[in-house]
Amino acid sequence: MTSAAAKRKLAINRLKDRKPLDPATVDRFLARNEVPIVEGARCTFLYRGDADEVLLVQRVVGLPEQIPMRKLRGTDLWYLVLELPEGSRVNYQLEVRRGEQLERFNDPLNPKLSYSPMGTSSVCFGHGYQTPEWTEPDPTARQGTLEEIVMPSRALRRDCPVTLYRPARFRRTSTYPLLVVHDGPDFLQYAAAKTVLDNLIHRSEVAETVVAFLHPEDRLTEYTNSTAHSRFLTQELVPRLETQLPLVGRPSGRCLLGSSLGAVASLSAAVRSPETYGSLVLMSGSFVFTDIGNDHGGGPVFDPVVKFVNRYRARPTRVADRIFMSCGVYEPLITPNRSMVPTFESTGMTMRFVETRDGHNWENWRDTLRDALSWVYPGAQKFVYE
Amino acid sequence: MGPRPGANVPRVLGDLDGEAMVAMVTAGWQDREVDDAELRELVGHRTTNLALHARCLAVYEEDREYAHAEREHESALAELRQLYLVQLDHALSAAYEVARRSDARPRMRERAVTDALRVVQLLDQQHMQRIGDAQQAFYDAWRPQERAAVARHREEVQHILEGSSALVVAGGHVGELVKAMHLFHVAPHVPPRVVAWSAGAMALTERVVLFHDFVPHGVAQTEVYGAGIGVVPAVVVLPHARRRLRVGDPIRMSVMARRFAPAHCLVLDDVTRVALTEDRGLPADARVLHPEGHIAELEAA
Repeated sequence: MTSAAAKRKLAINRLKDRKPLDPATVDRFLARNEVPIVEGARCTFLYRGDADEVLLVQRVVGLPEQIPMRKLRGTDLWYLVLELPEGSRVNYQLEVRRGEQLERFNDPLNPKLSYSPMGTSSVCFGHGYQTPEWTEPDPTARQGTLEEIVMPSRALRRDCPVTLYRPARFRRTSTYPLLVVHDGPDFLQYAAAKTVLDNLIHRSEVAETVVAFLHPEDRLTEYTNSTAHSRFLTQELVPRLETQLPLVGRPSGRCLLGSSLGAVASLSAAVRSPETYGSLVLMSGSFVFTDIGNDHGGGPVFDPVVKFVNRYRARPTRVADRIFMSCGVYEPLITPNRSMVPTFESTGMTMRFVETRDGHNWENWRDTLRDALSWVYPGAQKFVYE
Repeated sequence: MGPRPGANVPRVLGDLDGEAMVAMVTAGWQDREVDDAELRELVGHRTTNLALHARCLAVYEEDREYAHAEREHESALAELRQLYLVQLDHALSAAYEVARRSDARPRMRERAVTDALRVVQLLDQQHMQRIGDAQQAFYDAWRPQERAAVARHREEVQHILEGSSALVVAGGHVGELVKAMHLFHVAPHVPPRVVAWSAGAMALTERVVLFHDFVPHGVAQTEVYGAGIGVVPAVVVLPHARRRLRVGDPIRMSVMARRFAPAHCLVLDDVTRVALTEDRGLPADARVLHPEGHIAELEAA
């Protein structure tokens, strides 16, 4: 932000000075400005309407979960100015109280939405954040293919659907590394995984890779340090894919990727089979642990996770050659994730840890895919000199 | 030549006889190999594309046993490369760190830099040696020259090259280019005039060096890939140098120049043209990395 911009009055303060401050003036103000109004580090959130109270609701660590907005005197316009560091991306909703009635919804003045399996929320792009262009469809990029297959699993006692990505120009005479992605449908739908793979492979930033997107049935069981899930991965899925497809078939060509509980599932599978996987990509891992006592605050679902992470932290072992870790600094998991870095490093594994100014959401994981995949499976970029 | 060779191509081929045949290699473009209409127009003579990439695919299709063996071989080479890169990462980091130390006496620091560079050079040499040994072992075991599919293509390539007055080698994927040129034995039959740019120019050298200081996750270490076809000696070719190297960092550039000495690191930026001397040396005005870490004409280096 330039010093001139810093000194300049905020748009909302300039509006306050307007006389008369009538509805038409507010109409013009809203028509002229994109909401939230981002002026350097300061972001002005707005809501217009009759209400007794309006709250901004978000889950940025370090900020109250609900922050009251102020009403601009003489109008029905509510506002809140927040400072957001450069490059931030914040998901939020508004909560409006009218008498006893409480309503929570996305910001009607902001068309930008963030999508997740839980629904949508509004999103504020702080100064300097831009949706990476490589996450958008590129008509010049060669398209890989997706195929739905079914892997019968004795370990999980069910037929497991898997969405299989083959890169463009897939040939049986080549060999490909394998990436196994937990929460596959969500990565495809909410993190634009296919578009990202197509683009990054086309640009030679990521190697031509075969990707198995897993469909969990009950992720709260399968992804919380489940022996059955680990057996499915290591003894069923990977060997079968390596028989059926031209894959590298060695640890250097095997990577497990997961976010949140998917990261726990990836780590737990690697812990059970430390010679199998060369790389892990652990995004916003739910690595909840306790240093003393049992009060981890995550509820019963996290009991097996805490037990697993506590045990691993007590005796860390080398489970892969390389680990890529990432976490948003606005998510509550940032502290446990930071704590895991020295734990992993102590075993001699090569680590790369990336922090983002984002939360526990799919866009964060989408935006981190380039860093992760180009590090785990670098493409031919270094070989290409046109 | 550097990238975007455009007008340079007709300029360097303009004095050829009107009936002259020009052979072209566009294997670095891989599956776009055949999209060579624009290049043919630039060449402005009768042309034949050697179609080395297509020939590779045809060999793999026809001789599955060889294809499988080559795939295994490539995978072994990739493992060698990973092991080399792990070592190189530490050795190069040490060289940069020593070179940046401001608290040491210059003479002592210089000695330490020399020592650190020796370690890097040793890794480079060992890697070249191991790659060379692995290639030789593969060629001895599989004798591609005696396999019908390869032998037939080699013969055709030789025939085209012997009837050509010049060879044009375009850029692209340098690994694929070098592999195809080795497999079809291009080097012994190279016509008297060769025009090459970017990866094409790299492929002609004795030692191909890969570099990219601006990959998505930061910096990729500059590494020795292996042997090119070796018709241009004692030069490390750096196409897109200003786009791909931190040329503003004299320490990195100095380490690079000294690491590959006595070979010269030739900077080939857009539309650059360098004509080699009679003995295939660099001309005095060629732009190279100076041991002090800046780009200068060879004469000053």
